[in-house]
Amino acid sequence: MLEVEDLEIAYGPVRALRGVSFAVPKATITAVLGANGAGKTSLLRTLSGLVRARSGRIWLDGRDIRRAPIEQIVRRGMAHVPEGRRVIAELSVEENLRLGGLLRGRGGRGGLDEMYALFPPLAERRAQPAHTLSGGERQMLAIGRALMARPRVLLLDEPSLGLAPRVAAQIMGLLPRLRDESGLTVLLVEQNAKGALSVADHGIVLNLGRVVASGTPHALSADDALRHAYLGF
Amino acid sequence: MTRFIDLTLNGIANGAIYAAVALSLVLIWRATRILNFAQAGMLMITTFIAWSAIDHGASYWVGFALALLSGLVLGAVVERVVIRPVEGAPPLNAVIVTLGLLVLLQAVAGMIWGGNPHSFPPAFSIKGYRIADHTVLFSPADLFGVLIVAGMLVALTLLFRRTSLGLRMRAAAFEPEVARLLGVRVGDMFTIGWALASMAGSLAGVLVAPNVFVAPNTFDSVLVFGFTAAVLGGLESPPGAVVGGVVVGLALSYVSGYAGASVVTLGALAILVAVLMVRPTGLFAPAAARRV
Repeated sequence: MLEVEDLEIAYGPVRALRGVSFAVPKATITAVLGANGAGKTSLLRTLSGLVRARSGRIWLDGRDIRRAPIEQIVRRGMAHVPEGRRVIAELSVEENLRLGGLLRGRGGRGGLDEMYALFPPLAERRAQPAHTLSGGERQMLAIGRALMARPRVLLLDEPSLGLAPRVAAQIMGLLPRLRDESGLTVLLVEQNAKGALSVADHGIVLNLGRVVASGTPHALSADDALRHAYLGF
Repeated sequence: MTRFIDLTLNGIANGAIYAAVALSLVLIWRATRILNFAQAGMLMITTFIAWSAIDHGASYWVGFALALLSGLVLGAVVERVVIRPVEGAPPLNAVIVTLGLLVLLQAVAGMIWGGNPHSFPPAFSIKGYRIADHTVLFSPADLFGVLIVAGMLVALTLLFRRTSLGLRMRAAAFEPEVARLLGVRVGDMFTIGWALASMAGSLAGVLVAPNVFVAPNTFDSVLVFGFTAAVLGGLESPPGAVVGGVVVGLALSYVSGYAGASVVTLGALAILVAVLMVRPTGLFAPAAARRV
């Protein structure tokens, strides 16, 4: 589904990713773990086209999208929920959602009703400006907005950051459901390694821009040295 | 009392023009965080285009339509060619670029049309309405100005609130990066924003031209008053720009009527200073705290 081959990116002289390769099979959840500055966010920003890779390849469904413009990457089915949720505070909840569906011509009721069913708190606040939402509701809105575009690959950057544990667990718990019900492929970046591994099918660990480990959640959790060095639990 | 009513009506008529200028500044500020000092030059060029058409025998309305149309095109071209390279650069770059563009446009206009002021016809009679044996300071031309600016505000509001293009434009203005991630062509939205803003400026140009005549520098004061109105309205909100325009129009009309026409510009400056001191965010600044 999504395949990354020997990806290199740099901000000026600072190399943020060095020879990163991995593959994400369809309808699976892959957790990308690692400390601050490991390159997790840079990786997602490169996949969605916000940051241009210096070299390497990004295959989405067998096509190299490394040089494609963002609009085209989005149209091919990549949705990126950036760090910090980034709901548009001035727009209402419903406008945020409709914006997500515009590129599929899905501003209509069908898509909205689906999202309100998935995230009931949003339904009650549909006419309110997004800046009145709580952190958890904002995360729901950011994910719902991305889902309105009917993506095939969802890139999630730190969805549980700053949320109460119960709310974070709720949002993490949604991911397997989306995977099973709509065949969504998820790339989940998290510092909360334990929470991410609890829902993931596969995990990769980044450190200083390199992949230092990759395996099933069970294998990664069982490796004491790895856990202590990079995962912090 | 009749004098007060006259000054009020006159203030509203002028306020409509300042409102149109303020709208043109606000639309651009919202979309690209740039204060377009070149607006005075842009609306001067489009008013000259209208004047040329009318001077060559075209009807007023052909000139009027040409002004708005050339405003749309000029706004889009300026954004693509001149502004695009400084978007995202430090704000001072854009300030210098728009000031430079103003000087350039005024010089070009001088080369094409010369420096002498030309008279410009009003849309309708400028003879004030007669009410109970008194000719009020408000003419059919003034009424037309008020109505068309109000109409433009309604049209813009509908565009922003009710259409998907408007939704995309707002998203691009508030959160360009997020908008791109949702498939919005942010660059195109900025171009459309500049085109609409420039058209609003062109409208102000043809409305004010009968009063100030058409020459390369005659629209500078309109920009100052429009800028005051935009700041008063909070720089962010189109309704704020219109309310700001009317308030500035009224205030300047009273200043001119009771204190003398020579201190009008000083009055605008006083308003600007007062707003910046008392309520620097303007009357209509969005209450929403921006996300951190």
